[in-house]
Amino acid sequence: MTRYLLDRMVQSVAVLAIMSVVIFWLMGLMPGDPIDLMISADPRLTPEDAARLRELHGLDLPISERYLNWLTAALSGDLGFSRLFAMPVLEAVLPALGNTVLLLGISFVLAVAIAFLSGIAAAMNQHRKLDYAINLLAFAAISIPSFWLALMMITLFSVTLGWLPASGTESVGGGGFLDKARFLVLPVLTLTIVSFGSHTRFVRASMIETLRQDYIRTARAKGAGEGRVVFKHALRNALIPVVTILALDFGFLFSGALIIETIFAYPGMGKLIFDAIMGNDYNLALVTLLFATALTLFCNLAADLAYAWLDPRISYTGDGA
Amino acid sequence: MIAAATAAPASSARHAWRRFARHRLALASVLVLALLCLLAFSAPLFELALGTDSERVNLFSRLAPPSAQAFLGTDELGRDMFLRLLEGGQVSLLVGLTAAVAAAVIGTFIGLVAGYFGGRFDAFLMRFTDGIIALPLLPLLIVLAAIDLDKLGIPAAIANSENISLYRIVLIVALVGWTTVARLVRGAALSIREREYVQAAKVQGAGSWRIMRVHILPNLISPIIVATTLSVGNIILLESVLSFLGLGIQPPIPSWGNLLTNAQALISTAPLLAFYPGFLILLTVLAFNFLGDGLQDALDPRAVRR
Repeated sequence: MTRYLLDRMVQSVAVLAIMSVVIFWLMGLMPGDPIDLMISADPRLTPEDAARLRELHGLDLPISERYLNWLTAALSGDLGFSRLFAMPVLEAVLPALGNTVLLLGISFVLAVAIAFLSGIAAAMNQHRKLDYAINLLAFAAISIPSFWLALMMITLFSVTLGWLPASGTESVGGGGFLDKARFLVLPVLTLTIVSFGSHTRFVRASMIETLRQDYIRTARAKGAGEGRVVFKHALRNALIPVVTILALDFGFLFSGALIIETIFAYPGMGKLIFDAIMGNDYNLALVTLLFATALTLFCNLAADLAYAWLDPRISYTGDGA
Repeated sequence: MIAAATAAPASSARHAWRRFARHRLALASVLVLALLCLLAFSAPLFELALGTDSERVNLFSRLAPPSAQAFLGTDELGRDMFLRLLEGGQVSLLVGLTAAVAAAVIGTFIGLVAGYFGGRFDAFLMRFTDGIIALPLLPLLIVLAAIDLDKLGIPAAIANSENISLYRIVLIVALVGWTTVARLVRGAALSIREREYVQAAKVQGAGSWRIMRVHILPNLISPIIVATTLSVGNIILLESVLSFLGLGIQPPIPSWGNLLTNAQALISTAPLLAFYPGFLILLTVLAFNFLGDGLQDALDPRAVRR
C-alpha cells in the first residue's frame, strides 16, 4: 500500500511538472508581454528603455532559460508578483483558495447527498414513474448551461424577487455569518444543480447493477428487510465505482466554479484564473493554473485511496495490504 | 447461407429500431433536433419574408417587445432577436457537430492504435488520456483560446480572417473532447483483436493497418456513434461557455453563447433576451443526450435490460 501510494504521488508530481512546462509555454504565446503593457501604460518609454527592461527581467532569454529561472525562484518560495493585484502572487491566491474550497465543498456535499438520495430512490423504483422523473431531472441538470442557469438565478432571486444578493461575498461594511451565508446561496445552488445530474445517474446505474447480484438475492431470501438489503448490503458495494467517479469529476466541478465565480463576482480561484488570463497577469495566471491542476491531481489521488479502502478485494501490493 | 447472411443485418437493424422507438424521449429528441435545424437553416427565408436581416441595427427600436415584425422582440441595438437566434443556431449546431466528429476521429485513431498494439504503447497512451481527463479543462481551454496566433507563426492573413474563431474553437474543443471515444474504442479493440477472424487475417499476412481498418473498425461503428452523439451535447456546452466569456466564436458571427455575453448587463431591463439563447442551448443539449441514450439502448445489445 505504501509503495503504491508513493508511486502514485511520484506520478502526480510528474504530471504537475509537465503541466508547468506546458502552461509556461502557453503563457509565452499569449498576446503581448509585460513590457508591452508597461509601454502602453507609459508613453515616455523609448524602445531602448523597453530593450533594457526586457534584459533586466530576463525576457530576452530563450523560453527554456526563462522557465528554469522561474522554476528556481518558485521552488525557493518566490512565486512572483501579481501586477493585477499589486501584491505577491501567494497573497492573492491564498484567500481565493479558501473561498473556492468553501464554495466547492458545500456544493459537492449537497450534490452528492442529492445524488445518493435520488439515485437510490430511482434504482429501487426502476421503470416506475419516480425513476423516470428523477432520470428526466438528472438529464436536464446535465444539459443545462451553467452560465445561463446563473443568469436565470440572478434574474429570478435577485432582480425579480429581491431575496438574495447577486454578487460578492458580504454586504458593504462587512456582515456576520448569516450575511455571508446569504451571499453563498445562489452560487452554491447553481453549482449544485449543474453537478448533481451526472452523479445521480452514476449512483442509479451502480445501484441497479448491484441489486441484480446474487448476494442481494441471498440476503432477500434469508428474509432481510428491503431497507437492510439496500442500505446494508447493496449500498456499500455500489459505492465503490461511484466514489472514483465523484473524485474524477473534480476537474469538472472546478470548471463549473470558474464560470459561477466569474458571474457571481465571487472572489475564488476560478475568477482569479479568469481575471489573471484576461488581464495578462502572467505570474498570477501561471501559479493559479498550477494550483488548480495540483488540487485536481490531489483529488484523484484521494479517490484511489478511498477506492482501496472501500474495496477490500483491491490490494495494491499483492500481499493483502 | 447467403440469404441468412443478408437477412441478419436487416433484422438486427429492425430490432435496433424497435428498441430505439421504445425510448420515447429519444424519438421526441429527433423531432426537436430536426425542427431546430430546419428553423436555423431556413433563416435566409425568414430574412427574405421579414425584409430585414440579423445584422441590421435599428437604434429607434431598441429592446422592442415581440411584434409581428420581430417575433421575439429586438436586442439592445434594435436587431431582430428571432433572426439572431436562428443565425446563432446555425453556427452553434455546425460548430458542435463538426467538433464532435473531429474529436471522434482523433479518439478513434488513438483508441484503435492503443488497443491494437497494446503493451507499453497502450499504457503510455492511456496514461496520457487519463492525464487529460483529470485536468481542470475549462481554465486550460481559456488559455488556449487566448493565445496569440501570430506567436505560433500562423500568417496574419489567416490569423485575422473573420472565420478564424470558428476553426479555432472546433480545434480547441476537439483537442480535449476525444478522451471518451478513445477509451471506449481502445477497450473494444483490445477484445476484438483476440478474436479468431482477426488471428486468421494476421496469419494470412494482413498488415496491421489493414486489420484495424477492415476487421476491427467496422465492429466499433455503433459504440463510436453512441459516444459521439453523447459528446455533442458537452461540446455545445463548452463552445457556448467559451463564446459567452468572449473567447469562443467572436461577434459579428452570432452564436447562442455569445448572444448571452451582453445579457448580464441587461438582465434587469430585458431578462427575456438572456432567456432565449440559453433555453435553446438547453433544449439542444438535452435532445442530443436523450438521442445518445436512445441510440445506446438500440445499438448496444447489453442495454436491453433497460
